[in-house]
Amino acid sequence: MPVIETRNLSYTYSPGTPFRKDAITDITFTAQKGDFIGIIGHTGSGKSTLVQHLNGLLRPTSGQVFVNGIDIWQQPKKIRSVRFKVGLVFQYPEHQLFEETAYKDIAFGPKNMGLNDDEIDKRVRLAAQFVGLREELLQKSPFELSGGEKRRVAIAGVMAMQPEVLILDEPTAGLDPRGRDMILQQILDYQKQNQTTVLLVSHNMEDIARSAKKVLVMNHGRIVMLDETAEVFSRAHELESIGLDVPAVTRIFMSLRKSGFNVGPNAYTVKQAYDRLLPLLKKGGGSNA
Amino acid sequence: MLSGITIGQFFPGNSLLHRMDARIKLVLTFAYIAAVFIPRNWAGLAVAVGFLIFTILLSRLPAKLVLKSIKPILPIIIFTSALNIFYVTDGTPLFDWAFIHITTQGLTTAAFIAIRIISLIAGSSLLTYTTSPTTLTDALERLLSPLKAVRLNVHELAMMMTIALRFIPTLIEETDKIMSAQKARGADLESGSLMQRIRALIPILIPLFVSSFRRAYELATAMECRCYRGGEGRTRMKQMHMRAFDIVCIAVVVLMAAGLIVLNFVLPPVI
Repeated sequence: MPVIETRNLSYTYSPGTPFRKDAITDITFTAQKGDFIGIIGHTGSGKSTLVQHLNGLLRPTSGQVFVNGIDIWQQPKKIRSVRFKVGLVFQYPEHQLFEETAYKDIAFGPKNMGLNDDEIDKRVRLAAQFVGLREELLQKSPFELSGGEKRRVAIAGVMAMQPEVLILDEPTAGLDPRGRDMILQQILDYQKQNQTTVLLVSHNMEDIARSAKKVLVMNHGRIVMLDETAEVFSRAHELESIGLDVPAVTRIFMSLRKSGFNVGPNAYTVKQAYDRLLPLLKKGGGSNA
Repeated sequence: MLSGITIGQFFPGNSLLHRMDARIKLVLTFAYIAAVFIPRNWAGLAVAVGFLIFTILLSRLPAKLVLKSIKPILPIIIFTSALNIFYVTDGTPLFDWAFIHITTQGLTTAAFIAIRIISLIAGSSLLTYTTSPTTLTDALERLLSPLKAVRLNVHELAMMMTIALRFIPTLIEETDKIMSAQKARGADLESGSLMQRIRALIPILIPLFVSSFRRAYELATAMECRCYRGGEGRTRMKQMHMRAFDIVCIAVVVLMAAGLIVLNFVLPPVI
């Protein structure tokens, strides 16, 4: 049974007014336990609207969302419990910090779940460890921390709820390359260790290439592709036509092939490119086919 | 959730009223509000209401929109009408029971005052419907500029108003976002006792304050980067010009007010 399933999900902003706008239309997809799905699409393609449906923040205009096979809007009063199963980290999550200490802020979610203090403490420390927050930072005010540290606190705040599905909306936006690599690696480690289902919304194709097994491409509120990462990035022209890009290494591979080098199938991470190019170079510059 | 709130209810258009000089529009609206209180007989009130309907037609706004502006003050209208019905005891009694006395005069007064309040609100909302908030503060700045003589910094006041108006939608959006983020962490904003609900606001208000300050600093820096130094010697991209139509409008409103005063002398008062 899929952890998350949507059926013909559609959402319209301000229906019945001159400002009405179809944000997403007829979205049907499933995510299995342990999946790592990247969601890409240019600004305004409906990515953020889609993810806000998965934890019941938005109620679909039509269609259904199932979490573990149960329609989340069957009992609208219990929608809060869905948010503990499907954790959503918003864009710029550091803007939501409010507690006196980072520790208390991370504990906000688990506290809302009604857990006892021991369990909360355990979860807060575990989550802090996952995002690489040092012990002494936990007792500091979140407003004294650096931008990257704030981001980690905010992400830990959702991880501490130990959701079955973790959704992150642009978790690396506005970070320097090192900070972005670290956060991405921590998310990957977290996913591997807990077998959590992760949905990662991003503009950064390198991030997606490095982490996601599957990619969901959105355009004008509809799903245009949903496939293995390699498959999606091999359709570079289609991606370009909807204003998206492929990772830089993939572009290099494509232009290598264009200039007559037989480099084999496309690579989309630096590691793949390295593994594929090195033997060719050793053989003597690759065969000029 | 909060997107339904409209503040600064500007309704873009290109009617004669939209294109009128905002200064004149502002002054005439105040003049109209004062004029609504002149009539003491039905004929005068009919003229005032007729003028209002004429301007609404001129603005080419949907009538529904103007009616919507009256909705929030409906309780006030009902309350004042009720007071007038029960407390005015002159005239022919219509209904008499225990302490309730309803008279013809009471009903007349109630209706008269209700119509007055409705025209007053509809008239002033017509101003905000046809003038963008920025134009309005601009007009206010220009109208108040004589106060510079008494060392009042009119430009700064107007700038503060403009910034406040500009950031209301931004802050609403921000509040919406923070509420969603806290709800995603299981914050319960919809149930519980009064105390619990107040406490539930803390996770929303603190980030909102923090981000307001951040925005304020960013805005101040951005303004300084563009060499903003207050009103002195500042010129404008859009100058306001009085046109023939504006002068016609002034004349019409003055004539209407004069006519209302004359009607008061000619016809017997009903209230």
